[in-house]
Amino acid sequence: MEAVATHPAVQEKSGLPGDFAIWIFIYAELLVFGVFFLAYAFTRARHVELFNTFQQTLNRESGAINTLVLITSSYFVVMAVNAIRRNAAKRCSQWLVLAILGGGVFVVIKLAEFSAKHAEGVTLSTNTFYMFYLSLTFFHFMHVLMGMVILSVVAVKAHRGDYSAEEHTGVETGASYWHMVDLVWIVLFPLVYVLH
Amino acid sequence: MKYSSQAVAKPYFIAAIGLFVGQIVFGLVMGLQYVWGDFLFPEIPFNVARMVHTNLLIVWLLFGFMGAAYYLVPEEAERELHSPLLAKVLFWIFLVAGALTILGYLLVPYARLAELTMNDLLPTMGREFLEQPTITKIGIVIVALGFLYNIGMTILAGRKTVVNLVLLTGLLGLAVFFLFSFYVPDNLVLDKYFWWWVVHLWVEGVWELILGALLAFVLIKITGVDREVIEKWLYIIIAMSLITGLIGTGHHFYWIGTPGYWQWWGSIFSAMEPIPFFMMTVFAFNMVNRRRREHPNKAAMLWALGTAVMSFLGAGVWGFLHTLAPVNYYTHGTQITAAHGHMAFYGAYVMIVLTVISYAMPKLRGEEAANPRAQVVEMWSFWLMTVSMVFITLFLTGAGVLQVWMQRYTDVPQAFMVVQDKIAIFYWLREAAGAVFMTGLILYVISFFVTGEKRESVSAGVPDTA
Repeated sequence: MEAVATHPAVQEKSGLPGDFAIWIFIYAELLVFGVFFLAYAFTRARHVELFNTFQQTLNRESGAINTLVLITSSYFVVMAVNAIRRNAAKRCSQWLVLAILGGGVFVVIKLAEFSAKHAEGVTLSTNTFYMFYLSLTFFHFMHVLMGMVILSVVAVKAHRGDYSAEEHTGVETGASYWHMVDLVWIVLFPLVYVLH
Repeated sequence: MKYSSQAVAKPYFIAAIGLFVGQIVFGLVMGLQYVWGDFLFPEIPFNVARMVHTNLLIVWLLFGFMGAAYYLVPEEAERELHSPLLAKVLFWIFLVAGALTILGYLLVPYARLAELTMNDLLPTMGREFLEQPTITKIGIVIVALGFLYNIGMTILAGRKTVVNLVLLTGLLGLAVFFLFSFYVPDNLVLDKYFWWWVVHLWVEGVWELILGALLAFVLIKITGVDREVIEKWLYIIIAMSLITGLIGTGHHFYWIGTPGYWQWWGSIFSAMEPIPFFMMTVFAFNMVNRRRREHPNKAAMLWALGTAVMSFLGAGVWGFLHTLAPVNYYTHGTQITAAHGHMAFYGAYVMIVLTVISYAMPKLRGEEAANPRAQVVEMWSFWLMTVSMVFITLFLTGAGVLQVWMQRYTDVPQAFMVVQDKIAIFYWLREAAGAVFMTGLILYVISFFVTGEKRESVSAGVPDTA
């Protein structure tokens, strides 16, 4: 009754780097963020005054620093992929650790921002702008944490020597996800913190 | 059947089908009461028929899930069930408790049932879908714990597959979230809020894990596609189900007194809930197209594909129809909700249980697949039930749209019962479709007794290859 393998294993094929499955996930995630951004845009159009007023209360400096931190961290991930393509597994794992540290810096700065807003008594119910600000940044924040977990797994596996120049789908998979986290922030930061 | 202890699944499946028949009988009674208010009054008032209809559904699906788990877990774990005896004992406890509860609903007034079962010691009765007496709820928890212990021990001691772990996670979640049925806050907002932690987090959360695992198992078996490919899909589907389903709970919090941000969170995340269902459809058809064997059980494959399509339509599309807060403002609690409820429960959970039964029952009876004549009857029952359910859904949707139009989305709203009178034709049509569904269900039961020439190549060791 068991299936018998009469054909070679079926492989997922795609021109995309990393595992095909992560791309389905990435597109789904981008769709959720995209809908959230659209909702933000349409709501803002109806409450321009309110949005402009409370946008001023956000800490743009920490947002800008975090943007640089994430972009730098994405650069480290690129270097990690380059390293493994040269078969330099240890170097790959070191770059990944740097990328994870970048994520850590982002998390610390973001937490400081959240706690400052919390101290001011800002909640999801304060007004519509803060509702979007807190929802979007928190949802993104959770993705940074998730990305750090993924990169940690990849870093450990790279350190153990599980990847090579020929087979490093896992590294590309983690890198793709991390770039998605970065990309979302690059849209989110100007949209919520800067544009008015 | 690879392991003799898988046989404990059989009584669970039989009980599930029996209770399914009961559920549909009460559905027909209730459907008639919509248009003939005095029908069977005072013996079976509408509220009692409704309670029996919904409670039987939940109970038989639980029987189905447990039966499916008892069949699947040993095969995946590659060892006998930890304790077949426990599974048999729990079966009878659950069946007797369930039957007594339904009889209680039917034979004594609900308030008297509450007294008899000493509800005042720990009041949990009186909430929609969670009407069960407290002692029945405690019984459900005991059965669930024993069941989880049994399959948990089997899984932990055996081969750990993704299918088994996802199934176990779903079943654990099912048990954990049921505990909120014991929490009945005095504050009406909190009461509704946590009520959804059982109702929503079951059907749009952890049950989807069970659905995914069961579908993956059947597809692995009937298509012969590599386990790794199917497991990868399963991972993405359950991750998306959980993200959209858990936060999507917010679509029930629009109008019950919770903070306004739930309208945003609920709308956005629940609008994504069709995605995992769509992925499940793509996944199922993909796997069947890539099949590396021609499994003799055509009926099981039909049910599996049917589940993938109908769950997307019923849960995904019909859920999306009224999930956005501005839409839901008008449709809340109308027949549109009923339309969605019917097709979602049938398409996702009824059909997956019938898929597993279709695959497993012949094996439990010592055959690779049912004889071709029986399969033809079963496939007829598939089409009759599925098509009639589509019509039930369409008629209820029609009723719902008119209801919204005349009663809510208008400058001159008409009274509830006036509108109900005007849409009565849809209720008659729904009842007719319900009768066709019953015919399909009767054929389904008959299909188990249809005899035919024995299949020649029936032998567990000889696989059919493409």
